[in-house]
Order: sequence, then structure tokens, then C-alpha cells
Amino acid sequence: MTMIISHAFLQSYWWLIISLLAGLLVFLLFVQGGQSFIFSLPRNDMQRKMIVNSLGRKWEFTFTTLVTFGGAFFASFPLFYATSFGGAYWVWMAILFSFIIQAVAYEYRSKPGNVFGTGVFDTFLFLNGCLGPFLLGVAVATFFTGSDFTLDLFNRVQWGSGWHGLEALINPVNLLLGLAVLFLARVLGLMYLENSIDDDELMASIRKSLVRNAIPFLVFFLAFVAAILIGKGYRADAVTGEVSLVKYHYLHNLTGNIFTMILFLCGVVLVLVSLWLAIFRGSRRAIWYGGFGTVPVVMSLFFLAGYGETSFYPSSADLDSSLTLAKASSSLFTLKTMMYVSFIIPFVVAYIWYAWSSINRERITGEEMSGEGHSY
Amino acid sequence: MIENFDLSLVNWSRGQFALTAIYHWLFVPLTLGLSFILAFMETLYVRTGDEMWKKITKFWMTLFGINFAIGVATGIILEFEFGTNWSNYSWFVGDIFGAPLAVEGILAFFLESTFVAVMFFGWNKVSKKFHLASTWLVAIGANLSALWILVANAWMENPVGMVFNPDTARNEMSSFRDVVLNPVAVDKFLHTVTSGFVLASVFVIGISSWFLIRKREELLARKSILVAGIFGLVSGLMVALTGDTSARTIAKVQPVKFAAMEALYDGSTDAGLTVISALRDSGERLGEKKVHEKKLKIEIPGLLSIMTTGQQGGYVPGLKDLINGNPDKGILSVSEMIERGRYARQVLTDYKVAKELGDNDSMATLAAKFEDKDFTDNYFRYFGYSYFEHPWQVIPSVPVIFYAFRVMVGLGFFFIVLFIIAVWFHRRETLEKNRWFLWLALFSIPLAYLASELGWIVTEMGRQPWIIQNLMPVHVAVSNISAGAVQTTFWLFAVLFTALLIAEVSIMVRQIRIGPKH
Repeated sequence: MTMIISHAFLQSYWWLIISLLAGLLVFLLFVQGGQSFIFSLPRNDMQRKMIVNSLGRKWEFTFTTLVTFGGAFFASFPLFYATSFGGAYWVWMAILFSFIIQAVAYEYRSKPGNVFGTGVFDTFLFLNGCLGPFLLGVAVATFFTGSDFTLDLFNRVQWGSGWHGLEALINPVNLLLGLAVLFLARVLGLMYLENSIDDDELMASIRKSLVRNAIPFLVFFLAFVAAILIGKGYRADAVTGEVSLVKYHYLHNLTGNIFTMILFLCGVVLVLVSLWLAIFRGSRRAIWYGGFGTVPVVMSLFFLAGYGETSFYPSSADLDSSLTLAKASSSLFTLKTMMYVSFIIPFVVAYIWYAWSSINRERITGEEMSGEGHSY
Repeated sequence: MIENFDLSLVNWSRGQFALTAIYHWLFVPLTLGLSFILAFMETLYVRTGDEMWKKITKFWMTLFGINFAIGVATGIILEFEFGTNWSNYSWFVGDIFGAPLAVEGILAFFLESTFVAVMFFGWNKVSKKFHLASTWLVAIGANLSALWILVANAWMENPVGMVFNPDTARNEMSSFRDVVLNPVAVDKFLHTVTSGFVLASVFVIGISSWFLIRKREELLARKSILVAGIFGLVSGLMVALTGDTSARTIAKVQPVKFAAMEALYDGSTDAGLTVISALRDSGERLGEKKVHEKKLKIEIPGLLSIMTTGQQGGYVPGLKDLINGNPDKGILSVSEMIERGRYARQVLTDYKVAKELGDNDSMATLAAKFEDKDFTDNYFRYFGYSYFEHPWQVIPSVPVIFYAFRVMVGLGFFFIVLFIIAVWFHRRETLEKNRWFLWLALFSIPLAYLASELGWIVTEMGRQPWIIQNLMPVHVAVSNISAGAVQTTFWLFAVLFTALLIAEVSIMVRQIRIGPKH
């Protein structure tokens, strides 16, 4: 056991946990995806209320997963936290702002005394629904395309561009992933609404929208995957740690690791099955296939970025400053301590599942919305 | 050396973090305390089957929800600001500080967020007992999250359980147990959450008093006052007790902060406890800092010595001892600490240069120093002082801390009296007759918020200029971004938070006016 729990093993273990959290986060972005339809999908106020209440019962999961994702990154790879957050200031601030306005919008939008009006808070939900997934996608894409930073002798970050992260928005590959995540969130959002609301008219609108969003998702996702697999990747030498740009590096990572390959393919197949079920079979349970397909796909992308002699947060300005799991990680002691804490995650997942099922046992109806219970 | 840092950036970054923390703390204490009050009330409903308790629980739960959402929104910013605005800090101590934050997410946030949905939406969907368990789990989750963030905060004030690694140029955790059981963390957690319980109790009693003044919802108001009065009284006594132990710990680990809290400049073996006083510029200077003298003071002679050291005639050092040094009492001058810190930093720089050059002999010699107890105990522990030019730069703002501390403590004792009277009048069934008390309770609500915020002002301003006591000053921790960028986000946050606060207060007031019949 002592032999197995080496520093390198724990670094890989924590990258696995980070990847899992990222996968779950993208799945849970269905809340944001659903919010992005708040103005276009409902035909009347009651339908809008049903949509908001259906999503509103889950927004905290997404929010908490995002916070935990950040906390886990801070604890396990603090140099990434310091470099990316302290350097790409504006991207992270934009993401933060989009999530702050979401948190209050559900609770306040329909309460008496709401001084700004329901429309303002619904706009907050819409903005979070569009910007949140898109910007997160762009930020994660820089794991493959690189960022403009250098680190000094004491690992203090110097960001090259005065745009502090916003320059990522002019890289087409980053935009591809941003748009892919946005449209995936929208597709998952539609599937979730289909699963949780009982309203025939709304169901018809959802099915029409599904096709219109599934196509751009597939196009952007496949274009992003193709771009990174056939492009250059940031290879980190296993012995010297020296980083260099190598053609087909991510493709080699994918084909060289059977586990990553299986994960990727299974995830893609599940997502495709969910689309087929939702669009052609009218299934209301497609969200589960889509969600459980999303998690492995995202995990496999993170594996491509972090495992297999790769720099997971490369510097396009100074290759030597690029971050690898070994360079950016916490100490052996901290990672080991955190590993014991992580053993509680299955228990957490179990009680979330139980509580989720208890609340979602029956679909939301107009009758329930007109009742006296707590609603948004 | 200090002039190499962009102080405008440091100040705006501090301002932004303070702004976020102050707004965040407007909402968190109510969540901490009201969650338990809800749990007590719902327990009474489940045990007695009395529908009135359900109605009471649901009313306070509505107010809880309005407050909870904005607390969550402001909380996420704090976590991310460690990275965005304090990136040097994040790297220097992320190995230790990040762990409690991650544990907070895994252990507490999920508990809270999962069961808060059941608490709000599960009334007709799950069994009574499951719903009650959910309400309790929300309370436990909220307070557990406070535990972990306070462990992290306490570590910044008393860094323990770590070793410095010259290879990575950062501190690394060596004992999770020491980090969690840090005496500052234990005191801070108990003091902070119980102060949240006090605030929530004052809130419930104040709103209930308003109902009694308006002769509305009298049964709900009386029952709420009883629950909050008892809970508040027990919590208030705990606040006083933990405040005392907390002050003793501060005297040991942050003596400059303690001296500033007492505006104590000259050390004494018979130091008196100043109950209240006005501070005035004495004309004397400690470096470039003013020395204040106490006017119109009410003081209990000798009590500070006893409370701090546990014995009559115990020596309590003043700011002059702590800055200029006092060899008789074994206190090193800050000038000496600066010199020792500079030596430690030079050793680290030499090590990093040797590593860059591949000079293995020098590396081995220099690395051995970081294993040497004499070097770590007598030089490296003053590492942070190397960033200062003058000893007086380690003195925080004495008047702010002195007054904030006294107002906070005074209000704390006032709330204890308020709870005693509330329970007493309830017992004698004379609440409605004593309208002065009802008005007093109503106007005590803002005082509870004031006391709570002042507590953090004492804590955070009192430890300036350190972000990590003795190891890292605030100006070294800041991210390398432009002051203009931080200034922009500061104002964006200020406008957004203020707008959300206006919305929150407006909705809360309207919901209270509507009452539980809605």
C-alpha cells in the first residue's frame, strides 16, 4: 500500500477527482441550459413558472459543484489556482458575475416587494444560462490551447496580455468548446424539463427546440475534438519536465490509453443515444442517458489534458512555465489527507440521489404551481 | 522594499475583499442561527402535532430562504477572490489553506444545498420525519461550512501544522490535526457561530415584537420569542465565554493585535481592563504612528493582567515593548525580526539561484538550513518581516480596533440582558404590556448586525499588515494585475451587492408585513 500511494499516484488520483467534478458540473449545467430558454420556450406565464420552478429546485447542485470544483482545484493544484485565477482575471470575474446574479434570481423573481421586477431577475437567469456554460467552456479549452503567462523563480504569475484572460475569446478552438458546452447545456436543459414537467404544449415546444440545439452541439463538439486531436499538443517530458509542442499529442494520448478511449466512446455513445431517444422516440428519460454520457466524455477530455506526459495548463508564452500535475500539485501529505476526505464522495452522491428522487417523484404541474407551497 | 509594491493595487484588492466579506457577513449569521431555530420549531411541530408550530416554522423558513440565497451568492466570490486577487498567497499557502475549503465543499455545502431543497419543497412530498431530518441537516451543514472556512481563517492568524519547502518556495501541511485543532480555530468557530445564533435570536425576537406592537399574529410572536429567547440566552453566554478564551489566545499568538484592542502602549504587570475610554493623540510617536492616550476612562485595575495571564501581576506587553523590544521580558524588537527575516529570505533566494545553476553543493548546504531548528525557530519564523522597512509598519489602526472591540463587547452583554427580559416577560405573560421592550427588541436588530460586523473588523483589521501572521504581509500576497482592473470590479461588486441588498431588504420587509397567513 505504501508503494502505491506515491506522490505521483495521488496527483493522478486528484486529477481524476477534478475530472469527475468537472464531468458532474457540465451535466448539472442543464440548469443553465434550461434557463437560457426562459424567454423563448414558454408560451405563457404559467409555463415560465413551471420551467423556473423545475430548474430552481436544482440550481444549488450546480452552484455547489462549481464551488467544490474550485475548492478541490485550490487544495490539490494550488499553483493552477494561483496562476489561472490570478492571471486570467477577467474571464473568471465574468464567470463569477454570471453565477452571482443567478443565485438570488430564483428566490427573488416572484416575491412581493421585489423592487426590480420579475423581468430583471429572469434576465439574470437568461444571462447566467448563456454566459456560464460558454465561458466555462472557453476557460477549459485553454487547457489545450495554452494561455499567455510566465512564472518567475518563486512561481509568481505574470500575465502577458493586458486583457487578462479575455484574449482566449479570440481563439477559434476555445470558442468551439465554449459553444459546444453552451449547446450541450441547452440540450440537457430541454431533456430535464421534458422529464420534470407535465404540460403537453410545453412538451411539443421542447421537442422542436431539441433538434435545433442538438445539431449545433454536435457540430461544435466534433469540430473541437477534431481540432485538438489533429493539432499540436503540449507534451511534458516525463524525466526533465520540459514542455514542447508536439503534433497529434492529444490523439496519441487518446489512442495510447485504452481506459480514456473507452470512457470517451461510451460517453459519446450515451449522449447520442439520449439524443435519439429524445428526438425520435419522444422519451422523457433521455436526460439520464445524456447526463451519464456527458460525465465520461468530460472526464476523458480532462484525462487527455492532464495524463500521459502532458501539461494540463500550458503557457503559450513560455513553455517552461507550463503547469504539469507534478509541478502544480499540493504536497504528498496534503493530497493523502484529502484522499481520505474524498472517500466520503460516494456517500454524498448517495444522499443527493435519494433527496433528488424524493423531490422529483412527481412531475411539476400547473395545479401544483397554483397551490400554496414554496415556489419561485 | 515596500515601495516596490503597488500600494494602490493592494488597497483596492483589500477594499474588494473587505466589501465582499462585509456583505457576505450581513447574511451568513442569520442563516447559521435561524437554521437551528427552524429545526427547534419543526421538532416541536413533529413532537406535538400542533399545526401552529408548522405555521410558525414555515413563516420563518420563508425569511430564511430570502436571506439564504444572497449569502450563497456572496460566498462563492470570497472563495474565488483568493485566486483572482491574492494569487501569491494562494500559491504560498494553498497546500494548507485549500484543504479546508475543499472539505467545506464536499462535507458541508452539498449537505446544505441538497437538503435545503427538501426543506422548502418537500412538505407534501416526503414524510414528516424525513422533512424534519432535512431541516436539521441544513442547520448542521450551514454550521459545518462555517467550521471549515473558520479553520482556514484561523490558520492565517496562527499558522501551525506546516513546514516550509524551499524547493517549492511555499509552506506545506505537516499535520491536518494541528490545523483543525488550532486553538485559534476552536475559539473562533465557537465564538463566531454562537454570535450568529445571537443575531438570529435578536432577529426573531425583534420581528415577533413588531407583530405584538401591531397586535397581529400574537400566538406566533409569543412562541417565537420563547424559542429565540432561550436559544439566544444560551448562545449569548457562550459568546461571552468563548470571547474571553479567544482574547487570551490572541494575547499569546497575536500580541500586537491584543495590545491594539486595548490601546496598550506601555507594558505593565498591573494592567487594568479599560471598559470604555476616549482615545486622544498624545503627541508622542511610535515611528510614524500616533501614540494615543486614554481620556475619560473607566478601568478595572489589574484585571487585564489577570484575564490575560491567569495570575495577578502577570506582565502584559504594550505596543512599545512589542515594537522596540523588551529584553527583560524576552521580547525581540521588530528591527531585529526584520533583519532575521531578511537573512532567511536571502538563504531562500540563494537556494533558488543555486538550483537554477545546478550547483548541487550549495543547494545541499542551503537546504540543510531549512532542516535546522535554530534557523527555522530563530530566523525563518520572521520571514514575513523581511518585507518591511520600518518597525512601525506592523502596527494596525489602534483607534478603529479599540472602539470596534468595545462596542461589540458592550452590545454582546446588552443582548444577554435582552434575552433574559424576553424570557422573563414571556413567563409572566406580560410581553404585550411592556411596549418599551417590544420597541427596544425591534431596534436591536440593526445593533446585532453592527456587533457582528464589528467582530470581523476587530479580527481582520487587527491582524494588519499580515495576511498570514509573521509569514506573509498583505502587500506581498496580491495578484499581479492592474489597480484599474480591481477598481473596476470593486465598483461592479459594490453596485451589484447594494442593488441585491436593497432587493433583499425590500422583499424581507414585505414578507414580514404579509405575515404567515400568506
